[in-house]
Amino acid sequence: MAAQEQQQPQSRETETEVDVPEAPPAAPEAQASEATQGVDDLLDEIDGVLESNAEEFVRAFVQKGGQ
Amino acid sequence: MRVMGSETEYGIHAPSAPGANATMMSARIIQAYATVTRQRAAGGAETRWDYTDEEPLHDARGWTVDRASADPSQLTDQPPVLDAEAVALAYGRQELELDGADESGSLLMNMVLGNGARLYVDHAHPEYSSPEVTNPRDAVAWDAAGDLVALATVRKVAADTSLPPINLYKNNTDNKSVSYGSHENYLMPRSVPFGDIIRGLTPFFVSRQVVCGAGRVGIGQDSSTPGFQISQRADFFEAEVGLETTIRRPIINTRDEPHATADKYRRLHVIIGDANLSQASNYLKFGTTAMVLSLIEAGQAPRMEVHEPVQALQAISHDTSLTATVRLLDGRRVTALDIQWMYYEAAAKLAQETGVADSVTGDGHTHDVLLNWEATLTTLGSDLDAAASSVEWVAKRSLLEGYRNRDGLSWDDARLGLVDLQWSDIRPEKGLYYRLLSRDRMTRIVDDADIARAVGEPPSDTRAYFRGRCVSRFGKDVVGASWDSVIFDVPGMGKLQRVPTREPLRGTRALTGALFDRHQDAASFLAELMGRNLPPATG
Repeated sequence: MAAQEQQQPQSRETETEVDVPEAPPAAPEAQASEATQGVDDLLDEIDGVLESNAEEFVRAFVQKGGQ
Repeated sequence: MRVMGSETEYGIHAPSAPGANATMMSARIIQAYATVTRQRAAGGAETRWDYTDEEPLHDARGWTVDRASADPSQLTDQPPVLDAEAVALAYGRQELELDGADESGSLLMNMVLGNGARLYVDHAHPEYSSPEVTNPRDAVAWDAAGDLVALATVRKVAADTSLPPINLYKNNTDNKSVSYGSHENYLMPRSVPFGDIIRGLTPFFVSRQVVCGAGRVGIGQDSSTPGFQISQRADFFEAEVGLETTIRRPIINTRDEPHATADKYRRLHVIIGDANLSQASNYLKFGTTAMVLSLIEAGQAPRMEVHEPVQALQAISHDTSLTATVRLLDGRRVTALDIQWMYYEAAAKLAQETGVADSVTGDGHTHDVLLNWEATLTTLGSDLDAAASSVEWVAKRSLLEGYRNRDGLSWDDARLGLVDLQWSDIRPEKGLYYRLLSRDRMTRIVDDADIARAVGEPPSDTRAYFRGRCVSRFGKDVVGASWDSVIFDVPGMGKLQRVPTREPLRGTRALTGALFDRHQDAASFLAELMGRNLPPATG
């Protein structure tokens, strides 16, 4: 991870010098699958931070009244 | 635009100690912050709250409720009692000796912070009341600063391995019939008839949830009907107008406690909002409400009356397609978006007339609120899902739908309930709102750096500046403070010195900044302040 981050600035410089033409717009199916991929990544990440034993955790969250 | 502020009661939970006393845990939270800031160690900036001017039983409609007939939860003008015995019952004797208790055995329940806010135990929840600000951008900043204060307390508590860690949630219900509030306050001229406020605000409050609802899994106070609804709070409202805040909750709350010069001002106490993590929703909640109050003051609020507003509020909350209509008394049937558009048009017209939205001569905020309001209503009406980066309930619903689609979950699945709850966990590594924010899936209105600064610094343009600077500069000599006073006990001055701050727009940096800069100690500071006869904090 750290190594990748260190390399990033170099590749950016190269890109500006060479003036790479913009990639053609992705086909609609490709866009849709990218969006799905984004959601899947997000859900995977959230799976990892959700409290374990959802049922028990939600049941135990009992509050006293407030305003 | 107008003096305003927020109050957030956090949900509080110790997963490893279910059933732990909520008031005791809340006191641990306050104590933790005192330790974090070292204000207490510095000798007393655990400033006590001054209850002199609290009047929770004054009704804006012109009467005062008898103490004996009030619900005990309405008596917010008395310090909560949590004596040594109650503490011992809840946590055992050794807790008293660990920290938190002073010589009399009472725990710290109330702090005034260096940013001008109040942090205290309200019933069974820790509450952060923001300092007074003058615009919705600052309202977002100092409200979000409260979430960082809450985060600091949770970290501090977690560092003490001898006691159970505590989680705080910026939400409004446990989904088991209990709700706790997130309130807004707006300063208004006393001269506006309260009847005008009720008429002008009710349709707006019934409908504004489509912009600033936080979303909730479950229908009904006890969540017994599976589903998703727009607002956290809607199902807990039972009356149109009233003084109560904990029972028979009213759409328009009549508590008349101005915390300012009473014959000039009223403080409109709004109890119907959801606690917002989404900055865009929070920004529009404060900005649009402030503009609607200007409409009411100018006599230009849209003329409409909603038939049975409590039922309309809930019908709107239960319809995430935004197509449900409610009936107006003139017979028209309108959607929540229709109502919002009517308020938007009226607000835009008034702003045009007064020049308040002008890019040169305007107030610097109204223009931006109008642009945001219009864009948000347009998106909600044309491409609902596209509002997921700004409108909180749409963002939450989008995440929940992701789970439903991937795993085929029905609305009563406990995992969806957990997503709803954990959305509001104030820890960035656990809170699902913060996970989305870190991926730039949520819009920022205020820079992270500005929010971090608002944890320690007061707003510069209200009396909160005076209060906050007094606490951070002369904390050890400040023995009490409230919204409209700061009380000093300075060695050698004999009696206590109470500095009233009854004008919310005095005590600003422009008026008192140089005074703070000139003095190194409270005694000479007060000598100059008092010597003027007209203390700058009050004018």
